[in-house]
Amino acid sequence: MGCFSPSWDGTLSPKDFSVAAHVFTERWERNKSASPSWFWVNSPKGPPLLASSQHDCNEEESCTVEEEAGSCEIDGAADNATLVQSKHHEAHYYDFHIVYSSSYRVPVLYFRAYCSDGRPLLLNDIEKDLPACSSKVLLETKWSFITLEEHPFLNRPWYKLHPCGTSEWMKLLCLGDEVAATNGPAIELYLVSWFSVVGQVVGLKVPLEMVKSH
Amino acid sequence: MMEAQKYVWEGAIPLQIHLHESEITSLPPPPPALILAPRIGYLPLLLPLIKPYFSSTLPPGQDTLWFDYKGLPLKWYIPTGVLFDLLCAEPERPWNLTVHFRGYPSNLLIPCEGEESVKWSFINSLKEADYIINGNCKNVMNMSQSDQVELWRSVMDGNLDKYIRSSSKLKLGTVTTDEADMVGQVKAGKIPVRLYVWSVNEDFEDLEDAPGVDNWDQISYINRPLEIHKEGKYFTLHDALKNLLPEFFAGKSLINDKPCIEESEDAQKVSSEDVGSSTGAEDGKEIFSQPMENDAEIKLIRIQGIEPKLEIPFSWVVNNLKNPEHFLHICVCVKIPNVKAA
Repeated sequence: MGCFSPSWDGTLSPKDFSVAAHVFTERWERNKSASPSWFWVNSPKGPPLLASSQHDCNEEESCTVEEEAGSCEIDGAADNATLVQSKHHEAHYYDFHIVYSSSYRVPVLYFRAYCSDGRPLLLNDIEKDLPACSSKVLLETKWSFITLEEHPFLNRPWYKLHPCGTSEWMKLLCLGDEVAATNGPAIELYLVSWFSVVGQVVGLKVPLEMVKSH
Repeated sequence: MMEAQKYVWEGAIPLQIHLHESEITSLPPPPPALILAPRIGYLPLLLPLIKPYFSSTLPPGQDTLWFDYKGLPLKWYIPTGVLFDLLCAEPERPWNLTVHFRGYPSNLLIPCEGEESVKWSFINSLKEADYIINGNCKNVMNMSQSDQVELWRSVMDGNLDKYIRSSSKLKLGTVTTDEADMVGQVKAGKIPVRLYVWSVNEDFEDLEDAPGVDNWDQISYINRPLEIHKEGKYFTLHDALKNLLPEFFAGKSLINDKPCIEESEDAQKVSSEDVGSSTGAEDGKEIFSQPMENDAEIKLIRIQGIEPKLEIPFSWVVNNLKNPEHFLHICVCVKIPNVKAA
């Protein structure tokens, strides 16, 4: 498995994203504690994206991974991919998507939340669902903030963790490790590391085993 | 100053705005409002101009402004000129839009709190462009509040001189090396591009017969920077599109019809030969050949209301036709046969 160079800028290419996302879903799958699983979703108007749906009942979550090739000619015209996860807390459901941003060259977490009747939750309601550490993470990584923006493929408003600081804090996160600092951080672990931070914002924890290199 | 850029900044779409019938509470109903909307502007910014026409007839409640065109809710954060180019294949003048002050479709459109939201979206795009060009958003993030306000105001007022003054501090530059406009030279780098690809299934001869867009799902939005590697080589708009939409330009024809090139047959031959001599004979020969293998066919490429010749230097296109948030918005219409749609 490849490593980023020591002078790495914290970003990754669409191909690396795909590699890292596969490793991420695989490890997530292996750690049953970390359900629900993530699955590849083919977006009708874009490249596949990684997705997961979650519900909070009994802390059980379910996700699946599926990958499909682009379905229409213009698919694949953008090198984006999305990771989706949905979560449902009592009557609250959450869908998560991880989409590759070609502008920022990093993964971006999109999510939406709704009640069992389909009514979308406002940010105020969502904040009540978020763990106490969430606001702390948002503060510490000061560049991450939640905004309501259009989902790049679905033409619908989704919440988004803004990606403009991601490469900066990923660099700090990955190069903080001595081995990684010498050899360069492993490409395959990018999403695991990334999600260990952004997952906290939305209350999804990455099991420790996932972070270990093999 | 570049002349074409001046035209873009002065460009406006004549709008004929009708109040949605569900919001008309008076008789006779109010006449439509006729308004010139700047190309580089955004629809919600027209509120102060539109409101007086309809304020006396509105039902009680709070204003949440939004527009639709033939039932399609319009995304307010797309510049007005781009919406017009995208949704009116055959330009309709005036452009008949319906305005709503109630019942915001928040399941379809991201919320808009008036000018503040538009400004935020603009600065956000500017940040994205900064990141693409410079690898970080520091130039925009470190802008002083007053510089930011000044920049935004220049866009609101359509004041190009003021804009050039305040945006020069951002060091987002122009996509050129020396005399680039003459030779089409582009420095290797990344260009912020927003591409809107409208797919149609039925064929049509004339643009006025083109089907309408009744759902945003018919439009693929491709937000991908264009990476230019060919240093110092004549890099055309055709090269750029080939790079962005390889599936439609895989060494095959581009336009087999008139829409894009309004020139005589002879002129076309000459220019394609020119292109051939500088970008390799293959490209040049194929520009005006038959439809593509997979039958997908580019019907229209429109930037800032014009259908530019594909041989023109891409640097010229970017420098002159980009929007003030430093993105080049390109509208493409592609005919894809039904069989393929599955």
